[in-house]
Amino acid sequence: MQVLVNGEAVATDAGTLNELCVSLGYADAKVATAVNGAFVAAGDRTATLLRPADKVEIVAPRQGG
Amino acid sequence: MLELYGARFSSRLLLGTARYPSPDILRRAVEASGAEIVTVSLRRESARARTGQGFWELIEKLGRRVLPNTAGCNTVKEAVATAHMARELFGTNWIKLEVIANDETLQPDLFGLVEAAGILSAEGFEVLPYTTEDLSAAERLVAAGCRVLMPWASPIGSARGLINRTALKSLRDLFPGIPLIVDAGIGAPSHAAEAMELGYDAVLLNTAVAQAGDPVAMAKAFAMAVEAGRLAFEAGVLEPRDIAVASTPASGTPFKIDHAS
Repeated sequence: MQVLVNGEAVATDAGTLNELCVSLGYADAKVATAVNGAFVAAGDRTATLLRPADKVEIVAPRQGG
Repeated sequence: MLELYGARFSSRLLLGTARYPSPDILRRAVEASGAEIVTVSLRRESARARTGQGFWELIEKLGRRVLPNTAGCNTVKEAVATAHMARELFGTNWIKLEVIANDETLQPDLFGLVEAAGILSAEGFEVLPYTTEDLSAAERLVAAGCRVLMPWASPIGSARGLINRTALKSLRDLFPGIPLIVDAGIGAPSHAAEAMELGYDAVLLNTAVAQAGDPVAMAKAFAMAVEAGRLAFEAGVLEPRDIAVASTPASGTPFKIDHAS
């Protein structure tokens, strides 16, 4: 299926948000996630099932004012 | 001491971490500023570039308290979700809450700001709202649970200083018990000193240091200005008056009739 990750279309076999993060290479990264505009805690990623066209955000610390 | 949500700080300067010429200059500027609180953001992370991972290592080495922002959020929903992501990512309940109304002026959306502040305060966040000098918005933010207010001096990055000094002074007078931090629009150390002389508790700035010719020296200049302004406020700044008042004693002036005797 296809999902949007950080605004870009990604084809994936991942069934859960955690599988998606691992398959994309974020397994050990300091990131936070949201699906369809709602925050998903790190501990909930395994239980968060993905559906086609889900909008996933994966963010990390960055410079800010 | 500056006290924000029960945490105490000796520095009254909060520094942003964006727009520096290099990570090393950022590190040296933070050290020169003496700031104990630095602002950070969160942004989309590329699994390949991993930009955020390196930045986080730098921030951790600085050893300062981080204040994550919700910069770029235009809606309550975005700001609330961003705050939750920031809380997990940075391990802090503190959030510099920004709900932006207009991308040209970066003016806060005060209605969305009050709504988001209420939601986040109820969820245990300690909200530091980026607001304007508007008094009714300030009242609503305090009623929503905010124990710190951060009015702008002028639009973010504009370097115009305190464009509505009178209103900022009113805000100070009307909220004596709430820590007030001037956030945004500070261009020069004199602007920071002016805010501190008005009795503001602290100043938050970024661009004025990051984009200075020598950011490290400018960070030091701001540290000195903030300290001078605070000391002046505590010492009691003279009120302006409309007529001249001679500082040299008139009594005993040569060639004059001395009325005092």
